[in-house]
Amino acid sequence: MSGSGDRRDSAVRIGVLFPDLLGTYGDGGNAVVLAQRLAWRDIPVDVVTVAAGQAAPDSCDLYLVGGGEDGPQVQATRELAQSRALHRAVDAGAVVLAVCAGMQILGHRFPDAAGTDQAGLGLLDCDTVRVDRPRAVGELLTRDAAVPDPSDPSGAGRCELGVLTGFENHAGRTVPGQECATLAAVEVGEGNGDGTEGVVCGKVVGTYLHGPVLARNPRLADLLLGWVVGADVLAPLDDGEVDELRTERLRAARSHELAPRRSWRDLLRRS
Amino acid sequence: MSTSPSPARPPARTSPTTHLPARARLAVATGRAVAGASKLVHFGSGSVIGGRAALLVDRDLLGQLTAGREVLIVSATNGKTTTTRLLVAALGTDRPVVSNSLGANMTPGIVAALGTADPDATAVLEVDERWVAPVLADTHAGTVLLLNLSRDQLDRTQEVRKLAERWHQALAATPPARVVANADDPLVVWAASAAPSVVWVATGQEWTSDAAGCPNCSGRISFEPGSWRCTACDLARPEPDVSVDDTGVILPSGRVDLDLALPGRVNRVNAAFALAAATALGADPQAAAVAAGTVQEVAGRYRVARIGGRDVRLLLAKNPAGWHEAIDMLAPAPAPVVVAINARIADGHDPSWLWDVDYERLAGRVVVATGERRHDLAVRLRYAGVEHETAADITEAVARAAAAPGHEPGSVVDVAANYTAFQEYLELVGGPA
Repeated sequence: MSGSGDRRDSAVRIGVLFPDLLGTYGDGGNAVVLAQRLAWRDIPVDVVTVAAGQAAPDSCDLYLVGGGEDGPQVQATRELAQSRALHRAVDAGAVVLAVCAGMQILGHRFPDAAGTDQAGLGLLDCDTVRVDRPRAVGELLTRDAAVPDPSDPSGAGRCELGVLTGFENHAGRTVPGQECATLAAVEVGEGNGDGTEGVVCGKVVGTYLHGPVLARNPRLADLLLGWVVGADVLAPLDDGEVDELRTERLRAARSHELAPRRSWRDLLRRS
Repeated sequence: MSTSPSPARPPARTSPTTHLPARARLAVATGRAVAGASKLVHFGSGSVIGGRAALLVDRDLLGQLTAGREVLIVSATNGKTTTTRLLVAALGTDRPVVSNSLGANMTPGIVAALGTADPDATAVLEVDERWVAPVLADTHAGTVLLLNLSRDQLDRTQEVRKLAERWHQALAATPPARVVANADDPLVVWAASAAPSVVWVATGQEWTSDAAGCPNCSGRISFEPGSWRCTACDLARPEPDVSVDDTGVILPSGRVDLDLALPGRVNRVNAAFALAAATALGADPQAAAVAAGTVQEVAGRYRVARIGGRDVRLLLAKNPAGWHEAIDMLAPAPAPVVVAINARIADGHDPSWLWDVDYERLAGRVVVATGERRHDLAVRLRYAGVEHETAADITEAVARAAAAPGHEPGSVVDVAANYTAFQEYLELVGGPA
């Protein structure tokens, strides 16, 4: 595994975990985005798709865990808990992006379809709980996002990401713990449920943003890639079309075109 | 509402409600009055709002309208409108048939279609996949066609697994005499296995991304070409009774030639479902196949029309499984095509499914992206390595496609649109036939 700043000879290995279980909401697109952004920069890339039932490798540089339905979510957790491949990879410095159900299973616990607590993988310091509120479905827009720079031993360095935009669709709410940072404060939408969005522990990033998130937020894509190949290796790309999409989605979110339904209790709690 | 009278039988009568109980008669009259008023103020066709009003008067109206009537239900994520139309044609060779052909496929739309129908006509009903249980319970349908289940309207429709579970429960609660079901879709097979008698159709369905987890035991399903099975329980592909080849359909009674006006492999499969059901009810296979072959467009799908002075062909593709089939129907590269994406309520507000579609297969031509979510599509096409442009409206999009390299002068421009974009363009060219 290469650390930040290294020049690499080998291809960047991206592991897509169980897209057949956790791929309901287009999150497979995150792998397409990462692979293309490397290919456009002439950096070799190898996308390793791991189907359910196959052994997950522990040798990838970057892992993607997507969103999915309740039953498959439990099955994916079972497989990853048994193999501990993802645990070994994270210990070795691998980068992980976990979206929605993916973020939930990387935490300490999450509710299954029956509402019973299931043990998560414990790679993110957070708990997901079921709450008596409507499912959060709609545009999710954050304020300026930033995450702690994992290469800065003082812990004071920050990686700035600008606002994050996406679409959220989840019933559970996630309570971040003390050991983790959050990605951003929420401007429009629900996010974790406490006014924050996402959970970040080192190079493991969890988010409720679908869209897919890396298609709508290229700075986050390049942050993850920079953690693998070194930020200085990543030449700028023309993201003009993404900017147009972002402008249009920011407008839609701020005009509450697709805001989640909200109860008066949510409004009290958030004000 | 459409009726397809058989040449051998008297045509279907209309407006005979005298066989109904008084309350149902009042309900039908109320529905018609409300629908008429709604139509007068140009509030759409009025059929759904009329149906709602009628159901307020008589909650059991659908049961009354189908009492003693032969009923067939067609449901699916994709292909239910087309299959219903093909089945109306095929079964219409044998008997009078009534259908909800305007695509209003929940109880209000169905009662509106049946309100004034010939009481002796067989009802062929397209039913929304979420409404199968109540419609089956009300109508006691004798035949249920279940074509497929896949992700659609991510923010709105229930998870597909829950839909399969509801189908399963509905078939156990009100068992129809026969189910005609897709042998290649594990979700459908499991749902249909609750029925006492199933005619299995081999569809060669390639889209399996929504069925990796076994609906029976949550185990893993293993797919191989032409077969699938759960690795943890007994659920496996059943031996098909019906299949298609390049020029025909193999029915339990034997092979019949099929020459369809509709394009694409998927419509041959839809026709196989229609022929399997129609012949099971006694239709002559040859006559039914000929009748299905004459269907040229279905609620505007596949229609060739003029937009901005140019010929276009309208195609509907509204989710990844639908797109998987639709890409094969497009004029081959390098012909430019228009792709239109909206994300209104009826489309689902979340178009992230665009990333589940293999748009890489469109490479080698110019794609003009339009619709309200054209920027989402443009970003998707950029990452797919597909040359593309964007256009603010359909007229501009068609003009750009016609001016793009690869367009043969005078040829038809294919416009593939998702649901509300398709409806908008259909209105633009004069509405459904």
